[in-house]
This record gives sequence, C-alpha cells and structure tokens, in this order.
Amino acid sequence: MENFLNWICLHQEMFYVVILMIFLGIEVIGRVPSVLHTPLMSGANAIHGVVIIGAIIVMGKAEPDNYLALIIGLLAVVLGTLNVVGGFVVTDRMLEMFKKKK
Amino acid sequence: MELNILTICYLIGSITFILGLKMLSNPATARKGNLIAAGGMGIAIIGTIFLYQDEHGQTLHNYAWIFGGLVVGGIIGTLAAKKVKMTAMPEMVSLFNGMGGACAALISISEFNHLLNGYNGSNADFLLALEKPTLLIVMAGLIIGSVSFAGSMIAWGKLNGRVKDVSFKGQHIFNLLMFVLVLSLATFLIIGTPDKIMLPIFYGVFFLALLYGIFFVLPIGGADMPVVISLLNSFTGVAAACGGFLYGNKVMLTGGILVGAAGTLLTMLMCKAMNRSIKNVLIGSFGSNAVASETAHAGGTYKEISLTDAAMVMSYATKVIIVPGYGLAVAQAQHTCHELEKLLEEKGVEVKYAIHPVAGRMPGHMNVLLAEADVSYDKLMEMEDANSEFKTTDVVLILGANDVVNPAAKVDPSSPIYGMPILEVEQAKTVIVNKRSMKPGYAGIENALFFQPKTSMLFGDSKAALQKLIAEIKSV
Repeated sequence: MENFLNWICLHQEMFYVVILMIFLGIEVIGRVPSVLHTPLMSGANAIHGVVIIGAIIVMGKAEPDNYLALIIGLLAVVLGTLNVVGGFVVTDRMLEMFKKKK
Repeated sequence: MELNILTICYLIGSITFILGLKMLSNPATARKGNLIAAGGMGIAIIGTIFLYQDEHGQTLHNYAWIFGGLVVGGIIGTLAAKKVKMTAMPEMVSLFNGMGGACAALISISEFNHLLNGYNGSNADFLLALEKPTLLIVMAGLIIGSVSFAGSMIAWGKLNGRVKDVSFKGQHIFNLLMFVLVLSLATFLIIGTPDKIMLPIFYGVFFLALLYGIFFVLPIGGADMPVVISLLNSFTGVAAACGGFLYGNKVMLTGGILVGAAGTLLTMLMCKAMNRSIKNVLIGSFGSNAVASETAHAGGTYKEISLTDAAMVMSYATKVIIVPGYGLAVAQAQHTCHELEKLLEEKGVEVKYAIHPVAGRMPGHMNVLLAEADVSYDKLMEMEDANSEFKTTDVVLILGANDVVNPAAKVDPSSPIYGMPILEVEQAKTVIVNKRSMKPGYAGIENALFFQPKTSMLFGDSKAALQKLIAEIKSV
C-alpha cells in the first residue's frame, strides 16, 4: 500500500496531467458537429498512435543479441507506424473531400 | 542538452495534439488540424529516436531495426490508407486502431520480460518493492491493448462481412466471468511474490484478454459497430497513456488520455443517438435481442413503383428530401445522387438531404460520402431539422437506408431498436424506397414503413436505379 502511495506522490505531476487531459479531451470534443464525427474519430485514432514512441524506446533499448526482444520491438514499431501513418493519411483523405466543396 | 531539446519536442507534440483535436472540430480548420497533429507526431518521433536517454544516460541503439520498422509500417500504412475505398473507411479506422492496441500490448510484453529479468538479479526484494506499481501499469497496458486489438479485428471483420454475429445463451455471464478472471489473474500477478510461475500467468492473461476482446465484440450487431469502434478507440488511447506512465513520457500521456477522454465522450454521444446505454454495450446484450425478434414482424404487402412514375412524381414535386444510407455507399452512388439533385433543382424542385446521425456504418459517414460528390453543406440537414421538414415534403427518396427510418423504433417496444430516434419520413406525402431487395437491414428486423400505403418500392442497385431515374426525368 505504502508503495503505491509513494509512487503516486513521486508521479504526482503525471496524475495532474491525466486529470487536466480528461477535462480538456471532453471540452474539445464537446463542440464537434456530427458532420465531423467520422474524421474526428479517425484523427483521434491517429493521435493515440503516439504509442509508437514507447515502441521505439523498447526497440532501442533491446540488447542486440536478445532476439525475442528485438522481434517484439520490431513488430511493435511496425504496428505503431501503421497506426500513425495510416491514421493521419486516412483522416486527410476524408477531410480533403470536405475542403473541395467551398 | 539533448534531453532538454527532447522535452521541447514532446511539449510541441502535446500542444499540436490538443490544437489538432480542437481544429478537427471545425469544418473550416479540420484538415489543417490533422496536418498539425501529424507534424507534432513527427517531431516527437524523430526527437525520441535521436535524443532519448534512459535513466542511466544511455541513448537508443538498434537504429537499423527502428528505421526498418518505420519504413515498412510507413509504406504499408500509406498504401492501405490511399487505396481504401470511401465505403471501407470505417473498417480501416478499426484496423488501424487495432494496430495501436497491439503495439501497446507488445510494449507491455517486452517490459514485463525486462522486469522479470530484474527480479532474477540481485537484491530482488528491493526491486519487488519498487516495481509493483510499474507492474500494475504494465498489466493495464497489456489488458487494455489486447482487448482493443482483438475487438478491433472482429469489428473490422464484421464491417466487411467476413465475421458474422455470434451469440449464445449465457454469453453475458460468460463474458463477465472471463473479465473477472482476467482481472483476478492480473491482480494475483501484481500482489503475488515473483517466481517462475509469473511468466505463464502473464501470457495467460494476454491470451484471455485477447479472447475477451473477441467475445466482447462478437455478439454485438453490425449496426452498433460505430459505438464499439469509438469505444475501442478510447481504449487504445488509455493503453497508450499506460506507456506514458511507464516511461514517464508526457507526450504519450497527453495524447493517450486526450483520445481516451474524447473517445469516451464520442461513444456516449453515439449511444445517445441510438438510445443505447453504455452499460448495454459493455455487457454486449443487444445483439441477442435483435436475434430474438428477427422474425417477429414479417408479412404485409408492398407495392412497386415504375421508373417513369417515380420520375414523374419527383419532377412535379416542390420539395424532395433524399435519405441516404449504407446502400448508397456500397453502390458508390454519391456522384449519381448529386447529379439527380442538380437535375431536379434545374426543374425548380427544392432538394435536401436528411442525414441520420448513425446512417451508414459510422456517424458522419454519409456526410463524408456526399462531400466527396461535391454536395453543398447547407443541403445536408441533421435529424431534428429534417423531422420538422418532412411534413411539408412531397417526396422522400430513401437510398439504401433502412433501420434509421424504421417506425418500429417509435411504436414497437419489443423491437431491438425501440427508442432510437429515427427520421420520421412517413410524415411526407410520398415515400419512395430504393433497395436491392426486401431483405432486412443491418439490425436484422423488418421495416413496417415499406408496407405502408404511401410507400412504394424501387428495387435495384442505388447507382443503376438513379442513373435510370435521371434518364427518365430528363425525358419528362
């Protein structure tokens, strides 16, 4: 129990960030017209692709002779990149069509 | 110095994510917002590759592997996103979301092995005391990521028709038990003393979480897939944020939580539009309802309308409202539809579109499609506006929509879609329904609208039917 309390105190700024981001996320989305729901979902999908940074760190820290870690890391990097790149490109394609009309 | 620059990179990343989401919520700035977020992501990624140092001041290595992975993922991702048809967009989002979830799960697997190596080393007690909260984060990332991955794959399969709805008796209880089992195993791992048994249990949790993800989405009907994808999207956001905790990485934390919160709200907005409670979605109960009453309201007679008659009715109408649905998307008939609209306008007919919030396979799906065909924004009406206009409408043309105009949602409490707000098209003088056949829609139920005296059916593929209709109207 004390571990967890210590850990929370040690990471308190992270918890503040979490709380603020929860409210910010709700606030930002709250004003979205339903027209933009699909592109927005897709855009948000691309943004959580930020998990790629974790994958890069895992990959970059793996021992060069630890093949299990290397393969898991590589797979994580590929999948994360798919999420980021694919997500942003799909969103852009959707929004491109919106722009054309004006 | 490098670390300071990296901090700035992450700060830029976080700001662009917030700004990007904000700009995505306005049609005028949406595209720029997406590009800004993408740019911020790029800065954060490049910064990580070259500037990251761990707590011992060590930089990253294995650059060949990292860049190899980035290039492979980048090429496949770009090609897939560029090649995908507009109709398949929702599936694509689901697929990419699954990739993110899998990525988060893999990070957890890797970090767990890392932790385990730490336990096996010297002063295990000290490490044990220190690493417990870390283990909690690792487990959370693993479970949420795996559920999101497996669920997204099933949602993807369902949307493209490869996976059918599966439900069996006691599925809710089975799912609930599986969920409890996953949680208890994870708790056991976190509070238990580390020894050799940990690794098999860890992979057991991984496997069960994947299985839970599959069974979680399997019974849910296709019409509710948008809600599920949005929910899984926010799951992946939380899984990414777990990674942020793990590495004390603020850009992962902000991005992840931002999407987690926004995705949850979006999910609730969608549930509201379909009159489902989020609890129902989580337990996965409405698919079975749909199956139960599938055969309840068959029968009745419907009448067909000839193309000439349809053309005549529409050309002499004062106001026509088009209700697009998934059928329009499948037939890629949005351009033809726009042509019909222009033709009717030339004849002095007022043409508008009524867009149900969940028409198609995702909210906004129809808007995207019609925007592709250059249909002007102000012609698209949201549900409330449309419902007050149907009374003064001569002809409603329904193109491949079904459940969103089913009056059972208003009058039949036993219907699985009961309570869902619908487009009240039966208030108009005439209703023409274009469908390929009398087969029920995605929710798997009959539509009493088709058997009403003012409704007539125009069978055929949307695109072909519209083309013929245009030719007829030209000759009127």
